[in-house]
Amino acid sequence: MRGAFFRALLRLAEQDERVHLIVGDLGFGVVEDFAQRFPKRFLNVGVAEQNMTGVAVGMALSGKIVFTYSIANFPILRCLEQVRNDICYHNANVKIVAVGGGFAYGSLGSTHHATEDLAIMRALPKMVVVAPGDPVEAEAATEAVATHPGPCYLRLGRAGEAEVHHGQIHFKLGKAIQVRDGKDLTLVTTGGLLETAVRVAESLDHAGLQTRVLSMHTVKPLDADAILAAALETGAVFTLEEHSVIGGLGGAVAELLAEATEGLVTFKRFGIPSAFSSVVGTQEYLRAQHGLSVESLEAAIRSTLEKKRTLTASTAS
Amino acid sequence: MRSNNGHECNPEILAKRVRLKTLRLIHRVRSSHIGSAFSMTDLLAVLYTKILRVDPNRPDWAERDRFILSKGHACAPLYVVLAERGFFPGEWLNDFYQNGARLAGHATHVGIPGVDVSTGSLGHGLPIACGMALAGKRDGKAHRVFTMLSDGECDEGSTWEAVLFAPHHQLDNLITIVDYNKIQSLGTVKEVLGLEPFAAKWRAFGWAVREIDGHDLEQIEQVLSNVPFEAGKPTCVVAHTVKGKGVSFMENKLLWHYRAPDRAEMAKALAELGVEG
Repeated sequence: MRGAFFRALLRLAEQDERVHLIVGDLGFGVVEDFAQRFPKRFLNVGVAEQNMTGVAVGMALSGKIVFTYSIANFPILRCLEQVRNDICYHNANVKIVAVGGGFAYGSLGSTHHATEDLAIMRALPKMVVVAPGDPVEAEAATEAVATHPGPCYLRLGRAGEAEVHHGQIHFKLGKAIQVRDGKDLTLVTTGGLLETAVRVAESLDHAGLQTRVLSMHTVKPLDADAILAAALETGAVFTLEEHSVIGGLGGAVAELLAEATEGLVTFKRFGIPSAFSSVVGTQEYLRAQHGLSVESLEAAIRSTLEKKRTLTASTAS
Repeated sequence: MRSNNGHECNPEILAKRVRLKTLRLIHRVRSSHIGSAFSMTDLLAVLYTKILRVDPNRPDWAERDRFILSKGHACAPLYVVLAERGFFPGEWLNDFYQNGARLAGHATHVGIPGVDVSTGSLGHGLPIACGMALAGKRDGKAHRVFTMLSDGECDEGSTWEAVLFAPHHQLDNLITIVDYNKIQSLGTVKEVLGLEPFAAKWRAFGWAVREIDGHDLEQIEQVLSNVPFEAGKPTCVVAHTVKGKGVSFMENKLLWHYRAPDRAEMAKALAELGVEG
């Protein structure tokens, strides 16, 4: 996703001289191209995220489209009040880009696990929250946030993820992409677990459960229509994210379904419990540790649906 | 002295009016920070009559000088100055701090001509000012960016991130004024978290620094008319001020960071400001 982001950013910078990139002394091997081609629109502020964010706002209030870039939690949590007061309150045209969403930096430890970012950013007024599912979405998302006049948070994975989408996609902020259709259940996913979601769906299909997959690349504003249609048409909704089960995609969908369907839909969140991981490891390892492997997810979904079926049968009899 | 649009442009008269109106505002709505307001009133009066290239009729004029009140808690005199200079009608001051008011108890940009940046949490103003100054430089613009800091917010790490940043980028279109009244929220600066040698710290970080008497109108004007002090360096003016300046019983008293004057204190204060209660 990182490569896709920079490809799109370079293209944007060629087309629009308002586009600026500010980094917090991170991005070795990936920011140099931009820095060399657009030296007057590149800035490394040093290891100083609060100042990075304030400077970005000052530039945005002077007419620029400013991308701030760092890894994991650094561009949002270290400077959260600058994000809230300076970016959001001023509706400043700043796009915060965090590379390393979820457990992408798994071995580096809990400081580098970005597992509450969606919840925290989602709570801020005016903030658009985007977590693309693969490099194709990441490239489209970069263009979309640049065009959106106001604050955006773009959560990227790492480098080298597989492309889930093949060919053109229709990407619109706030509109889910239906990756595959199904009538028995829906998997709603955000961020880098899209590939996993598709594999889970394929597996469930083989077991006779036709599974719809929605890539909810925009967590805020949430595509309520797509979720309510899924609830109505498939009767069961599962959310899947490499993020705390509190307040992210699962939280957002739960809020929607609780108010709109009075709890009549089968619903479960898959994500990370509100805890610091007791171990480190690769992204794949930590996903599996937290029940986010294809096998664990498939089993958990089947068990949830089975329980529901049993419950419904006993209520009916 | 009045400008051709009828608004006050004599700093001495403006400063007097601002103290008086700020006192009345704060008394009426029982808000805080009168001490912080009075320590910077003379600086504001000179800025808005002699220094800032701003136009009340075109508050969004692209070439205007920017002013960020980073010590947003002292917003009352800024609002008064903006009203006096004609940025918005004086009647807007009437509901300052009240239910439904647009003029909040900390500097707010929403719907307020002349306020570019909302502040209230300390340590935010200087980084934003740096961004504006850098954008101005890169775009080849002539306007300057002024920001007013409290001494207390020089405790904030974000302030010092920006203090490092500005000289590195040679932002000589950036002017920081520190209202050094030497009293912060819970005590004197010396007691809470000492800043001395204060001017030397700014110098060591690469700023061109002058120390002035922040109540000497002529000196303020003379110094601020000669910025930048050095080409290629950001400007820092350490203004030595007196918290609560202008009302003897408020001067240098921590209490007046919080307290609003009661009726008896009001009469005394008005008399000191040369007005019959």
